[in-house]
Amino acid sequence: MSIQFKKETFRNDYTFKNSQWAIDRFPFPFHEDSYMYSVNMEQHQGGPAGSVFEKRFDVDEHYLAEMEDRALVLAEDPLRCQSLPHMTLAGWDLLELIMVSKSEDYPDLFQLHREGNNWRWINKPMKIDDQFVFMDETTLPYGPMEYITRQTQGDFAVLDQRDDNLWMDAGMVTTQADWSLDFDIGMNFFEWHAPVPKAHEMGIFVRALKFLLNIQQGSPARRLNWTMTVNPLLDTSPENYHKWGVEKSTLTVENVGEKQHLRVELQTFFRLPRSNALVFPIRCYLIRLEELVTVPKWGRRLHRIIRDLPEELATYKGFISNRPMIQEYLSGFDDGQPTSDGIWPD
Amino acid sequence: MSAGTNKIAVTVTDIIEVNQLVKRFKFERTGGGDLPVFSGGAHTVVEMLDKEITRLNPYSIMSDPMDQNAYTISVRRDDKGRGGSLFMHHQVRVGDEMVISYPVNLFALDLRAKKHLMIAGGIGITPFLAQIKQLTTLQYHFELHYSVRNNTVGSYVDELTSFYPKNTHIYYSDDGQSIDLEQLLDGQPLGTHVYICGPKDMITWVYETAESMGWPREVIHYEEFLAPQSGKPFEVLLEQSNKTIQVGEHQSLLEAMEAADVDAPYLCRGGACGQCETNVISSEGQFIHRDHWLDDEQRKSGKKIMPCVSRFEGKSLVLDR
Repeated sequence: MSIQFKKETFRNDYTFKNSQWAIDRFPFPFHEDSYMYSVNMEQHQGGPAGSVFEKRFDVDEHYLAEMEDRALVLAEDPLRCQSLPHMTLAGWDLLELIMVSKSEDYPDLFQLHREGNNWRWINKPMKIDDQFVFMDETTLPYGPMEYITRQTQGDFAVLDQRDDNLWMDAGMVTTQADWSLDFDIGMNFFEWHAPVPKAHEMGIFVRALKFLLNIQQGSPARRLNWTMTVNPLLDTSPENYHKWGVEKSTLTVENVGEKQHLRVELQTFFRLPRSNALVFPIRCYLIRLEELVTVPKWGRRLHRIIRDLPEELATYKGFISNRPMIQEYLSGFDDGQPTSDGIWPD
Repeated sequence: MSAGTNKIAVTVTDIIEVNQLVKRFKFERTGGGDLPVFSGGAHTVVEMLDKEITRLNPYSIMSDPMDQNAYTISVRRDDKGRGGSLFMHHQVRVGDEMVISYPVNLFALDLRAKKHLMIAGGIGITPFLAQIKQLTTLQYHFELHYSVRNNTVGSYVDELTSFYPKNTHIYYSDDGQSIDLEQLLDGQPLGTHVYICGPKDMITWVYETAESMGWPREVIHYEEFLAPQSGKPFEVLLEQSNKTIQVGEHQSLLEAMEAADVDAPYLCRGGACGQCETNVISSEGQFIHRDHWLDDEQRKSGKKIMPCVSRFEGKSLVLDR
């Protein structure tokens, strides 16, 4: 099918909504009725037709609206996009990866024509048709990473690999679950994960790092992560906490189904060929609870997850004070029936 | 991640005798098409079907990382080795189809460096050849100090001195020439990174000298792949797979697992990367650890072994694999 791009907002009047198509393909992150951290990695080599796992970089109905929101964030705060000087080569690697992937996976939307280093990139939805010289920054309006990530949904952390560690040395981060690129820039894997409760003691990060350091060219990996967000806000950044943090207190028994969203991140990992860096795209999918509970299995399961989640995790994920209200709402959709294994609807 | 990396089917399209010890092999994708670009310093694991034995040997890719038409590797003949290099030298012909792995880089350039100082010994020159091509494209500053026995067996000496006369310094050990290391390191500008690839003694010498002169650990990079060594045959019980296997005299433990169809992870096959680290469930006997991965404490504990290069002598060994 061709995608119908929606005109919608992720701020002020919050007109964001999922179509039935988007609900049906939502990446529900819980494969069982309880949740604890795990290094839940799998190969990112396609997935069921139509699912968000199928393509290397999923494009959906929210594409144009998300790109508009990103442009607004960057206009207010250019530090959301940073690249340390040694990361330019990785930026070109990323530009190539995305252009090649999108033009192969969505030939009706994107085209890439290459003659040696003379490239032409056509992005039909965004009405872009640019010619440039690959590896020559002066021929693009932005650096290579910024150029391509202004046209690609999801945040991007570009990690340098050295000294048996990963370093947050470049990124485009405007749709984040309360973390800051400007704060984390230059940090290593353990430093930027320092705020996460419990996982260090469980040895999660040592194992995760070992896995990530060994991701090889041609063998990308993926996992899902999640949190909860009041209102369909893409930019839940520490920089703007004073604006969105207070919105958490606007939740009521009447509006919880409409305002409370499950926020799921599809995290993927690709080794970049020329730079040997690792790119970590973090794609955010939002779904309001009243949309989510239209899938009975998801309503039952999310109720049990939220009810049984350890207190530290509910605090870290930022919804401890609203948990009783969310739990109360979801309990109306949990009849106690058993649920089937796996993330897919029955 | 098991069994290393994705594979590429290639055809040998050229074999050049570089000198009496070294042959160069050119691989192109079977049936045509581009090979992946890679980063200088990467290696590929070449699969050799040598009668009933499948050999998997890593070789640095020496061609231009941006050249997607072909990869080239150089193989030094080791008459006393276990047979991989002899197979490449004597059995492989132009037109043969082979399987190689996607490029894996365990010896990457640190692109923060203001200057890349390379120290090579013998066949250790190969990863630098690709790195030099990449650094030249990127217009980064490098300097190469390359020690060989003499001009006759000095692979690529002539190419390097003619293409990069200002950056290349050759030392012929037969003529008594050697790198004046302290002088060399002392004169480097701040922000220089040093890279070493060559015999173990050379790596130790450069590493320890640089460290004693106050160079931070983070700016000293080296690559040493060990070839697995032969040893007494031994028997191993693999508990997960519920198989008892025999490791032959000229076989590594990793190769014996693979021959028994046990899916064992690996990347470098040379004791450096840590990917094949395996837990020991029980043992009665002596480990012969040859890797660079386990620390002294782990070795003493008797709970870990790196099957790509290490062996065992004794009564019984049970592994968690």
